[in-house]
Amino acid sequence: MHNTSDTVPLISVEAIHKSFPGVKALVNARFDLRPGEVHALMGENGAGKSTLMKIMTGIYQPDAGEIHVGGQKVSLSDPRTAQALGISIIHQELFLMNHLTAAQNIYIGREPRKGFGMFVDEARMRADTAALFARMKVDLDPDVEVGTLTVARQQLVEIAKALSFNSRILIMDEPTSAINDKEVEHLFAIINDLKAHGVGIIYITHKMDEVKRIADRVTVMRDGQYIDTLPAVTTDMSKIISLMVGRELADATRATGQGGDVVLDVKNLNSGRAIRDVSFSLRKGEILGFAGLMGAGRTEVARAIFGADPIDSGEISIHGVTQAIRSPQDAVRLGLAYLSEDRKHYGLVTSMTVGDNVTMASWPRFTRSRFFMNDARMREAANDYVQKLRIKTPSVDQETRLLSGGNQQKIVISKWLLRDCDILIFDEPTRGIDIGAKAEIYKLLQSLADQGKAIIVISSELPEVLRLSHRILVMCEGRITGELMGRDATQESIMILATQR
Amino acid sequence: MTDLTLDQAGKTKSALVSTSTLQKGVAFVVLIALLVFFSVFTENFAAWNNVVNIMQATAVNGVLGVAVTFVIISGGIDLAVGTMMTLTAVMAGIILTNLGMPLPLGILGAMASGAVMGAISGTAVAKLKIPPFIATLGMMQIARGLALVFSGTRPIYFNDTPNYGLISPESSLALLIPGLEIPNGVMIMFIVAIIASIILNRTLFGRYIFALGSNEEAARLSGVNVDFWKILTYALSGLICGIAGLIISSRLNSAQPALGLGYELDAIAAVVIGGTSLSGGRGTILGTIIGAFIMSVLTNGLRIMGVQEEWKIVVTGVIIIVAVFVDIMLRRRA
Repeated sequence: MHNTSDTVPLISVEAIHKSFPGVKALVNARFDLRPGEVHALMGENGAGKSTLMKIMTGIYQPDAGEIHVGGQKVSLSDPRTAQALGISIIHQELFLMNHLTAAQNIYIGREPRKGFGMFVDEARMRADTAALFARMKVDLDPDVEVGTLTVARQQLVEIAKALSFNSRILIMDEPTSAINDKEVEHLFAIINDLKAHGVGIIYITHKMDEVKRIADRVTVMRDGQYIDTLPAVTTDMSKIISLMVGRELADATRATGQGGDVVLDVKNLNSGRAIRDVSFSLRKGEILGFAGLMGAGRTEVARAIFGADPIDSGEISIHGVTQAIRSPQDAVRLGLAYLSEDRKHYGLVTSMTVGDNVTMASWPRFTRSRFFMNDARMREAANDYVQKLRIKTPSVDQETRLLSGGNQQKIVISKWLLRDCDILIFDEPTRGIDIGAKAEIYKLLQSLADQGKAIIVISSELPEVLRLSHRILVMCEGRITGELMGRDATQESIMILATQR
Repeated sequence: MTDLTLDQAGKTKSALVSTSTLQKGVAFVVLIALLVFFSVFTENFAAWNNVVNIMQATAVNGVLGVAVTFVIISGGIDLAVGTMMTLTAVMAGIILTNLGMPLPLGILGAMASGAVMGAISGTAVAKLKIPPFIATLGMMQIARGLALVFSGTRPIYFNDTPNYGLISPESSLALLIPGLEIPNGVMIMFIVAIIASIILNRTLFGRYIFALGSNEEAARLSGVNVDFWKILTYALSGLICGIAGLIISSRLNSAQPALGLGYELDAIAAVVIGGTSLSGGRGTILGTIIGAFIMSVLTNGLRIMGVQEEWKIVVTGVIIIVAVFVDIMLRRRA
C-alpha cells in the first residue's frame, strides 16, 4: 500500500483557488488520494476543508486549478458528474429520508423498474440492498425505516448508498462525531474492509487518536492553504497541531485578568449527551473564553444557562443566589443576555427597524401607561446607542436587515445594554463580520468588561479567544477538559485540550 | 462598514418603502378599477341603494378579516372566526331572548364568549404547541357544534329586543345627516378597523404581534413572554368575532346556528388580497378592509351584470391567486 511511486492516484487536485465575496476560501490548495488508503484531512474551523470537499464533489466550481480522476483530467461541473466518476461523500449531517426504508433511501431517484417502467421493482431493490449490506458485513434489514435506526446505523446506510454507486472515492466528514466508542470500532472495521477492496477514503476529523489509528497519511490545511502531507503513524501529534495552528499570535494587546465578585456560578450542569457535568464561575469585569471545536457543547451550555433549552440537572447561582431559570424571560430578568452566533435567526427581528430592535428587550419601558408605544422616546434611546456604539445606519428607522454584520452585532449588544444586563454571553461574536469591524467589536467587549460587565465569549477562532479572554475554559464532547489563564494559553495548549476525548 | 455599504443600504431602503406602499396600492388600484368598470358598464351599480348594499355586504367579512389579520401578522392562522361568530350570536340570543336580559349584557356576552374561545385556541397554540392550523380547525368545529347544541339547532329571534336592529341595519348617521344612510353595522366595521389599526401600530401589544410574526425565536430570546402575547392575540381575534356575530345577527334579526362555515375562508381571502403576508410579520388593517371591499364589489357588480352566480365564485378564486402572485413579484423585486 505504501509503494507509492507507481500508483495512479484515485483523485488528485492541484493549485485550486476559490474565492467568495470578501473571502479567499482556497489558495493554491492540493490533495491526492491513492487506492486503498485512508487520507486524513485536518485543520481548524475555517481552514478550507469543507470548501475543498465541495469542489471534489462538484458542489462548488474552482476559480482555478486542475482535477484528475484516475489519471484523467476532469471537470466536476455538478454533484451528478462527481457521483458518476465514483466520488461520494458521507456528510456529518446525514441526508436520509426518515420515513423511507433503508432500501428506498439507497436507491432513491434510480429505483429499479418493472412492468414497462411503471412500477418499482421492490424485490430487486431489496435484494440489491441486502447484497450491499452483506458485502459490508453488517446486519441490517433493507426494509427497516431509517428514522428508527441509531445515528451509527444510519451512517452505515449512507455508506451502503455510496457503495451502490460503485464509489472508489469515499469522503467522510467527521463520521464519529455522533456515535459511541463501540460503534466507532465497527465503523473502523468497515473502513479497513473497504481499504482492502481498493477504495480510497478521505477522512475529515478533529480527533488525533483516530488519525493515529485509522489513517495512512495526513494532510494539514490552514487559512485555505495546503500546509503539508505527512505519514500518520510516524508523525508526532504535537507536530500536526502546530502545523494546524501555524504562526504565533501577532498581537500584543493580550487581556490581563482581574477578579471581582463571582456573578455567575454554574455547578454540575447536565443535559443529555450535549452537556456533561459542567461547572464554572464567572466574575465581575472578567472575560471568560469558551474554546473548543464545533459540537463540543459550548453553545448548548450557553443556551441552557439562558433558559432557552431545558436542563437535566445542575445549579445556577447569580450574584450568590441560586436561581431556577426556566425561560429566557427569567434569565433576562436576572440580568443575563445571550447573543447568538446566528444573529439573523436568534438575535434580531431583521424586518423591523434599528430602533425597534435596540429597544426590543425593553419595550414595556417605552410605553405610556404600559399600553401605547412612545416611539419618540424609543427613537431617542436608540439614537443614544447608535452614537455610543457608533452604529452606522442612516437612521434608527432603517430596517435592520439592510445593515452590515458588524452593525447588526452592535444593535444586539445595544439591546442588552439598554436592558441593563450585566452578564453577557457572546456566541461567536464576530462570525460573519469583516476584519475591520472585528477589531471594533473586540474593543467594545474589552471596554464593557472594564465597566464591570461579566462576559463569556464562545469562539471557534483561537486567536479571538486568546486575544479577548482573561481566562479560558476548553470543552470537548460536552465536558470541560481544561482551564487556562489567558496569558499562559497558546493555540497548541487549547487544541490539545479540545481534542482530548 | 464603509460608506459604500451605507449608500447601498440607503438605496435599498427607498426601494423597499415604495414596494410596501405599492402592496396596499395595488389592492386600492384594483378596487378603484372595479368601481369604475362596474359604474361605466352597468346602469345601477353606482346607485346609492346599491352602494349601501355593497357596504352592508362588506361589514361582516370586513370585521372578521380584521380579526384574522391580527392572528396572521403574528405568524398564525385562525380558521375558527366564522363559526366563533355564529357561536357568539347564539350566546347573544340566549342572553337576550331566552334569559330576557338587557341589551348591553347581550353585547358583552357575545364579545366575552368570543374572547374566551379565542383564548382557548391561543392556549392550545402557545402552551400545547399545536400548530395554529390544527388548533383553530378544532376550534372551528367545537364552536360550530356548540352553536347548534346551545340553540337546539333552531334560530333564535330577537323579537323581544326591539333595539337589536340598532346594531346593524339601522343608520344612526342618517339621523344626524339626513340622506347619508350608512348602516350602523358598516360604521361599526370602520370603527373596529380604526381601533384595530391603532392597536396594531401604536401599542406595545401591536409591536409584539409584529415581532412574533417576524421572528418568534428572537423575541423569545429577548425575554418576551411569547406565550402570553400569543394567547392575547387569539383572544382579541375571538372578541372581534363577537362583534361580527352581533352585526350579522342584528341584520338577520336572528342568530342562525347553521351559518358560519366558509366565512373564515372569505375573511382570510380579504386579508391576503389586502397584501398581508400569510407567513406573518407584515400586513395592514387598511389592506384587509380594501380586500373585503374588493370581494363584495366583485360579487355585487357581477350580479348586476347578470353573470351566473357560480362564475362569481370562480372569479373570486382567480383574484386571490393573482393578488398573491403580484405580492410575490413585488417582494422579489425588492
